[in-house]
Amino acid sequence: MSTSGFVAEKDKREGWNRPPVIEPDGEGELLEVSMGPHHPSTHGVFRMDVALDGERVIRLKPVFGYLHRNHEKIAEGISYLGSMPFTDRLDYLCPLTNNWAYALAVEKLTGQAVPERAEYLRVIVGELTRVQNHASSIGFLIQEMGASGTPLMYAFKAREKILDLFEELTGARMMCNYMRFGGCRVDATADWLAVTRKVVEELPGFVDEFERLLRGNEILMARTQGVGILRPELAVNAGVTGPMLRASGVNYDIRKVDGYGVYNRFKFRVPLGDHWDVFDRFMIRLLEMRESIKILEQALKDIPGGPVMDAKAKLRGFRPKPGEAYGRIESPKGELGFYLISDGGPNPYRYRVRPPSLINLTVLEDMALGQNVADVVLIFGSVDIILGEVDR
Amino acid sequence: MLGEGILKGLAETARNFAGSFVSAERLTTVQYPEQRIAPIEATRDFPFLVYDGKDWEAGMRCVACQICEKECPPKCIYIVKSTDKKPDALGKMQIYPTRFDIDISVCMSCQICVEVCPFEAIKMDTEFELSTTDRFGGLLLDRKQLSKSNEHYHRIHPTEAAEVDARLAGEKAKSDAKAKAATAAAAAKAAAAPASSAAAPSPAATDAAPAASAALAETDVAPGGNGAGNPAVGPADGESRA
Repeated sequence: MSTSGFVAEKDKREGWNRPPVIEPDGEGELLEVSMGPHHPSTHGVFRMDVALDGERVIRLKPVFGYLHRNHEKIAEGISYLGSMPFTDRLDYLCPLTNNWAYALAVEKLTGQAVPERAEYLRVIVGELTRVQNHASSIGFLIQEMGASGTPLMYAFKAREKILDLFEELTGARMMCNYMRFGGCRVDATADWLAVTRKVVEELPGFVDEFERLLRGNEILMARTQGVGILRPELAVNAGVTGPMLRASGVNYDIRKVDGYGVYNRFKFRVPLGDHWDVFDRFMIRLLEMRESIKILEQALKDIPGGPVMDAKAKLRGFRPKPGEAYGRIESPKGELGFYLISDGGPNPYRYRVRPPSLINLTVLEDMALGQNVADVVLIFGSVDIILGEVDR
Repeated sequence: MLGEGILKGLAETARNFAGSFVSAERLTTVQYPEQRIAPIEATRDFPFLVYDGKDWEAGMRCVACQICEKECPPKCIYIVKSTDKKPDALGKMQIYPTRFDIDISVCMSCQICVEVCPFEAIKMDTEFELSTTDRFGGLLLDRKQLSKSNEHYHRIHPTEAAEVDARLAGEKAKSDAKAKAATAAAAAKAAAAPASSAAAPSPAATDAAPAASAALAETDVAPGGNGAGNPAVGPADGESRA
């Protein structure tokens, strides 16, 4: 069987839990390679056990858990407030959206209201997080393609400005620990909002520059188009969310579906992919950055005055009524959810994170089978995972 | 044309490369040890203990209530309460920590100790050049190493420190007013006493003084300016699941 046999095989693929169907061509032996855990493309410590027939991937087994920190069990032993800084360390590129999802879950559990200004601030920092996450995610993807440094440094130039904003507001660049149950920890000053408006004004210029740098590039197209196809049915069945799912053409954005926070007040569009490949995932992120900038402009224009913490909100020592709550948001990686069960005590009885990175990673083998081993690195990069969130 | 996209991308890179020679804002890096970026005011890294006045031991604001120790997510704070009381900077009798250790190799700079402290005693520092050759002892800071003056706090976080001082002054004024009212009440009582028992007025006046200081001490332990949800200091503090 030659590589053209692979195309015929591909059409037979059904169901997300079917056994791997790529057959070796019968010439020579299979080579088993352990890619990782310390591989420059794995964004941390992640291992792929791949079986290769020449250059072609026959089997791929993801191995993770190297970064396991017992987050969920620790959270059951400390107060609700105590888990907030630990959520920063899940997806450490986007701490503010992690804060938001956890705060949302606890607010649902306790029935806590959030003042309007705090909601707007959450949208602003959340969308800034999305822009910088997508920029660096594209940068890393191109870096893995072999363009060592240049696009990544362009992305980091924009990210740096956003991180400076975070530091000025929250006190830390990455481990922000900013949101609280019933609002945000500190209010944004008028100066901060002015600087943010200026940064947001410059962001479309950055996205344009990024696009000019990359979109028409023939090497990028040759490497990514038609590679790592994820079918919509498989994506839905496997629970894939976020830009990955939208690149497969499924219109599902929790900002639109749930309208949590004040998202239903903003006008923005949901970009969808047409070819379901790595190039689409790259383009979706580029387009989502533009939509995020639109949301930012609207939010910065409309932000109301008032307090950022609800007057009834308690920082510590509260005991939610027995019950359960699931709070979910559209994090830059996908659906990030926190599931909490309270037994009436000061700590959660059960604390569960639904990490988008881990669940998006489950389709890695399906996307990589039959591809060249060099493309596996690209496919893996296009999933956009953070190992802190995969392993927790 | 094949290669057009690559050329466009290269033009973009060339523009940035040439631009970095003429435009200062394109130079986004500094040569760190020689050049330093001015620190952002809200920056935080590790906690320190604030003291008023000159002497760190006498002026320490911490009253060893152990709320921060309990709330610290990675449990890097270790406190031992004193068995005696000593006067703080304002002359009130207070419990104090005989040991207050923070292991900054464990601390994750989350600022939760600062938020829960009802006495404005612990704040975040901005000192980041803390490397040491002693792996364990060097990063375990005791209360002397942790103590820094209120002036230092004003230097690193001017706006925040001014707010804290205003709040503390407000509380002090309130407690002073209460103490004055208590003194006045005691004095009125004392004035009423000689009318019935015809005792000398001088011992009654000396009686009034301890009463006033007791009232002062009481207002001290009330939850401070940290706002909602700081229950009074005590053992009955949300630990039933322990």
